[in-house]
Amino acid sequence: MAASKPRLKLPEQAAAAGDVIEIKALITHVMETGNRKTADGQPIPRNIIHTFRAEYDGKPVFTAEFGPSISANPYISFYLKVPGPGELRVTWIDDEGGETIERYPIAVG
Amino acid sequence: MKNTTSPWEHLLGGRALDRRAVLAGAGALAAAAMVPAAALAEAAKTTPAAAADPPPLVPTAQFGDAFAKVVGSGTPLEGLVVLELPEFAENGNIVPYKISIDSPMTGEDHIQRITLLSTQNPQATVAVFHFTPLSGKATVSGRMRLAKTQEVVAVALTSSNSLLVGRQMVDVGIGGCGAE
Repeated sequence: MAASKPRLKLPEQAAAAGDVIEIKALITHVMETGNRKTADGQPIPRNIIHTFRAEYDGKPVFTAEFGPSISANPYISFYLKVPGPGELRVTWIDDEGGETIERYPIAVG
Repeated sequence: MKNTTSPWEHLLGGRALDRRAVLAGAGALAAAAMVPAAALAEAAKTTPAAAADPPPLVPTAQFGDAFAKVVGSGTPLEGLVVLELPEFAENGNIVPYKISIDSPMTGEDHIQRITLLSTQNPQATVAVFHFTPLSGKATVSGRMRLAKTQEVVAVALTSSNSLLVGRQMVDVGIGGCGAE
């Protein structure tokens, strides 16, 4: 199953430059471990989101490399020190090569 | 009963070993004081196997390898990594974790990386988190799978290449990971 329904949640009030804000990201994905077998004993191939990446105007903010021990529908919360107005770009990449990208413009109040 | 000793502490050097001995002693005392003799006798009658001490939680060989690789020849410092997990997780498929380290997160002084490790899951490396000064805060949270009762370990690398370690014991009700 491919990744679907990516969601990003940021604080509702506008940030000022230099503020540290929490970003919550959630996506629907099976995160199949590769350890399981079907009822007739066939191994179910691994399919997980192995990389989660957050960038701000192209600069790396936070990256997570996930293993199969991350729960299905991976949720992650991290922080961003807002350098100024710009665009947050978040990418999820899974074993099937599926890449899901969400963009979130950040205005600075 | 909560297992207070940590079977991988030999990896941490002498200071940790002292603590292990103290904890083991304290645990034995607490167990002796808290379990009524009648309950023990009852347990022995119904399930003879359960009356024996539970086998020690020996970390997987994979954990040992992964930990050694992350730590290298360094000795990680305890006490600065705050690893928050529930003491009891009913459902091992969804166990919330939060890791935080107090750091100014400047170009000169920041946390570069945190490795989250499981001592009992089929795959020891749960996740590797990379931070930058743009992260602002060395804090991350999410949800993980735990195959069974175990200690979870987080190892952090600072910008000055110091190693920090934190750990938390979690009792797991129904195991996750789909390994069983």
